[in-house]
Amino acid sequence: MDTQLKRGLLDVCVLAAIKGEDSYGYKIIKDLTPYIRLSESTLYTILKRLESAGMLTVRNVEHDGRLRKYYHITEAGLKRIEEFKVEWGEIFAIYRFITKEDNENGEK
Amino acid sequence: MVKNEFLENLRRRLSGIPQVDANERLSFYSEMIDDRIEEGLSEEQAVAELGTVDEIVSQILSEVPLTAIVREKVKRNRALRVGEILLIILGSPLWISLLVAVFAAVISVYVSIWSVIVAVWAVDFSFAVVAVSGIFSLFVFSAMGKVVSGIAMLGVGIAFVGVTILGFLICLWITKGIIGATKWVFLKIKSGLIRKETV
Repeated sequence: MDTQLKRGLLDVCVLAAIKGEDSYGYKIIKDLTPYIRLSESTLYTILKRLESAGMLTVRNVEHDGRLRKYYHITEAGLKRIEEFKVEWGEIFAIYRFITKEDNENGEK
Repeated sequence: MVKNEFLENLRRRLSGIPQVDANERLSFYSEMIDDRIEEGLSEEQAVAELGTVDEIVSQILSEVPLTAIVREKVKRNRALRVGEILLIILGSPLWISLLVAVFAAVISVYVSIWSVIVAVWAVDFSFAVVAVSGIFSLFVFSAMGKVVSGIAMLGVGIAFVGVTILGFLICLWITKGIIGATKWVFLKIKSGLIRKETV
């Protein structure tokens, strides 16, 4: 897959994983595993990028005598998910157009 | 302790990247290991699932921009070596003049590109001057009684109107071509630098 496309997809995947409730690193990876395999380093980079873009906030929560980082989606993050839905609606329309052309050519 | 060994190993290998960044990554991996252990994995299994230190380091290095790595290196050397500072000062007659030469070369390339554009437009402008003065000469020569010469000058003037219009189109074409070529070269240089930085 095109790396630029994949990067955008992964960003939204991670946002979607924390959309319902705040989540932490390992849980995000587990939740996404059925759909996409993320390595720890990749997740770290995505979380950093989303944080500096203001799409999520981080807080330390004490858990079992150690600190765990929880990620919370912001308004901007929710907006990004909505934008993604619109973008992919458009892409899907283009996809249908492309495959329609293919089908017509195939019939000739 | 497998976990501590893993983290210590990683810390040593990450000494080239900015300290704050390295610490944050280490605590991220530490949390990942602890969460796996909490889920019932043994320490060995938890560490093994993260992949080898080599894999992790090479991925991190590919993500940290070259500039950050270089900056980290420079920061260390500057603090350590007095001899280098002395060398920089002693070598200043050499490197300052080299720097000036490089800047001068870049500026002269820029100036020469623009002077070509200015030159072609100047030529076209001179055509326009000939055209206008040729047409104007009709009246001057007629007033002096030399009507035939006046008409000849008018012919030259009209001919140069054509030449000017043609020249205008050629100038436009040359200018667009030069600007386009310059942009293309800059784009190439930039994309070359960016690729070096991020990959």
